[in-house]
Amino acid sequence: MTEKHEHTAERHLRKKHLMLDPLPRGQMNAMVMESMHATSWKFWVVFAVLAAITAWGLFYSWGVLMLDGLGMAGVNRPSYWGIFLVNTVFWIGISHAGTFISAILRVFKAEFRRPFTRAAELMTTFGLIQAGFSILMHMGRVWLAYWLLPYPNQRQLWPNVHSPLTWDLLAITTYLLASTMYLFLPLIPDLAMARDRSTGWRKTFYKILALGFRGTEGEWTHLRTAMNIFAFAIIPVMFSVHTIVSWDFAMATRPGWSSTVFGPYFVIGALHSGMGAVVVVLAIVRATMKHMDYFIRTEHFEAIGKLMLIISMGWGYFFFNDYIVQWYGGDVWTKQLLHWHEAGPLGWMWFAMLIFNVLIPWLVLWNRTWRSNPWIMLTVGLLINVGMWLERYIIIPISLTINRMPFTWRMYEPGIEIPLGIGTLAFFILLYLIASRLIPLVPVWEVQEGQMAHSLKKVGRETVVTVAELE
Amino acid sequence: MKPIDLSLFGAKGAIVEAAEGKWGMAIDQDLCTGCQACVVACAMENNVPFVGEIDAGYGRSMHWIRIERFWEGEYPEIRMTPYRPMLCQQCGNAPCEPVCPAYATVHSQSERINLQVYNRCVGTRYCANNCPYQVRSFNWRDYTDERVNDAIATLKNQYNPDVTVRRRGVMEKCTFCIQRIHRAQDRAKAEGREVQDGEFAPACAQACPADAIVFGRIDDLRSRVSRLIRQKHGVHYLEELGTQPRVTYLVGGAS
Repeated sequence: MTEKHEHTAERHLRKKHLMLDPLPRGQMNAMVMESMHATSWKFWVVFAVLAAITAWGLFYSWGVLMLDGLGMAGVNRPSYWGIFLVNTVFWIGISHAGTFISAILRVFKAEFRRPFTRAAELMTTFGLIQAGFSILMHMGRVWLAYWLLPYPNQRQLWPNVHSPLTWDLLAITTYLLASTMYLFLPLIPDLAMARDRSTGWRKTFYKILALGFRGTEGEWTHLRTAMNIFAFAIIPVMFSVHTIVSWDFAMATRPGWSSTVFGPYFVIGALHSGMGAVVVVLAIVRATMKHMDYFIRTEHFEAIGKLMLIISMGWGYFFFNDYIVQWYGGDVWTKQLLHWHEAGPLGWMWFAMLIFNVLIPWLVLWNRTWRSNPWIMLTVGLLINVGMWLERYIIIPISLTINRMPFTWRMYEPGIEIPLGIGTLAFFILLYLIASRLIPLVPVWEVQEGQMAHSLKKVGRETVVTVAELE
Repeated sequence: MKPIDLSLFGAKGAIVEAAEGKWGMAIDQDLCTGCQACVVACAMENNVPFVGEIDAGYGRSMHWIRIERFWEGEYPEIRMTPYRPMLCQQCGNAPCEPVCPAYATVHSQSERINLQVYNRCVGTRYCANNCPYQVRSFNWRDYTDERVNDAIATLKNQYNPDVTVRRRGVMEKCTFCIQRIHRAQDRAKAEGREVQDGEFAPACAQACPADAIVFGRIDDLRSRVSRLIRQKHGVHYLEELGTQPRVTYLVGGAS
């Protein structure tokens, strides 16, 4: 009976943990290749719908906006900034989690990260593309956007280094370049794997991208060194980017904005929405792509759920910190503004933000069973993202409504921002769809490496999970 | 002349602020009748377009000066407070200036006035957000295009040739009628003399029937404007932000 019991325990462990449930290399490579190739008609329907929404929402609407001017949008005096900036901050926030999961967990050698680092890193690059679009839409004369870059010119006109927007542009550009390189480095061995297993145009495509990777010891050493440098270097860059985004607000002379705690508050807010988005992506990838239920298991949702719970608590703390400092300051305009947040016509947003960002995660994520359910996690992730979007909406157009000139107080009503916002969302998903057909969404070599290091051993009667020294 | 307060915003800034060439304005709120003549005169002088009823109602009017009206008390015990003409305060330490990423809003070296460089503006609207007085106007549409704005069709014929017509997507603001300052300076220079106090006035001051707006050199202690702003009931709005406004409001002088 004891023997049977032990056998069950072992089977249970194998079923639960990807690292203890190894498959032969060839089979696993074939599974990942198949997941890229197995494209049903449903994929093309979704693809066509998203492409149509992108064409209408993003490109056509943007053309209209450029031709007719920002009168098409809802911005006015006093809400000179609106949903475009909300979306910019929102997308930058989403893009944060990719690097966070990948770099921080890689640095700390958290084993559960292995199958989903790539899906998260892709979010960084694709999210930043949407953030870039959103900030460009926001500009009055977007065709002159290159004036914000420090390019040499005959008239010696340079960007103003006093402006937080200049720092913001530099930080986002650095982040986009660094995170794209960081996405590419761990992709090289997988591209080489795909190159050796494909034919036709795919072979050419992978051949170019794999940079002639063969898997020699020297190549692996260089790759590991490069990845290590990037993983460490990108963490401070990630913290700086969202702190600098917060400076766009915190440096301004406005009630509700000039808050010294905005830096960490924005960083944790970005992680909150980003972790929510990762879980949404993982749940959808797992449910729609072939063989993905082997790689992405409930243990991963469970582990991410714990992180989400901690980040949600951190967000709650910083929200409280920001609120109490502003309220305690006793400034007459800030008092008006805080009252306007809660009891103004859009007060429901303020309460919805707290319910989605704090209450629901705290009620759901403490429970291991609920945390392990992809569909519950998908819902929580979506709600957190709605809550974080509302948080940015409260900080930008709602807070702008209240200024020190009460004669100008007026509500903001979004216009063409809505199709454009939907367009960026559709484009984000569309990029994911394309990526899922072109590059392995699971870093196969990383999974295999982890599986080789882990094994189940019998010590006396006990079944023990043992790990060979990692790296 | 007042001693230079170096604690204000650094020695260099404080000395520059105290230097010559300071134009300033006094607005007597007790005299203002709220007739809006200054608003119209400003729009005519500076080619400020009319934006139409819908956009104006939605907070997109582009006037560089506006008359603010407020009520005090609860109905039926309502009392009107004095009208407050609000225009760019030409801050000595302007919050709009450092935030522009393109250097499109700058302090002019000779007049010490805050100016907008229209053809450098890319329209981030950060300056307008950071203006505590909310006096910057953005060109939300091509209001100077007849196809967009019917009202402009006839008004086009009386554009002021001294002032640029702005296109969509750029910020604009009160310049203290810098074209008039320059014209007066040029005339004085040609005649080999200094600009006299009261020789010229910005459009708003010229049009004011109640003579509530007075413009001139505030570094010249004998000028009419500097005598007015030295009165006890002169106030600078939002002075606590350290913006160093150039416009002094006279309010409650009668009581």
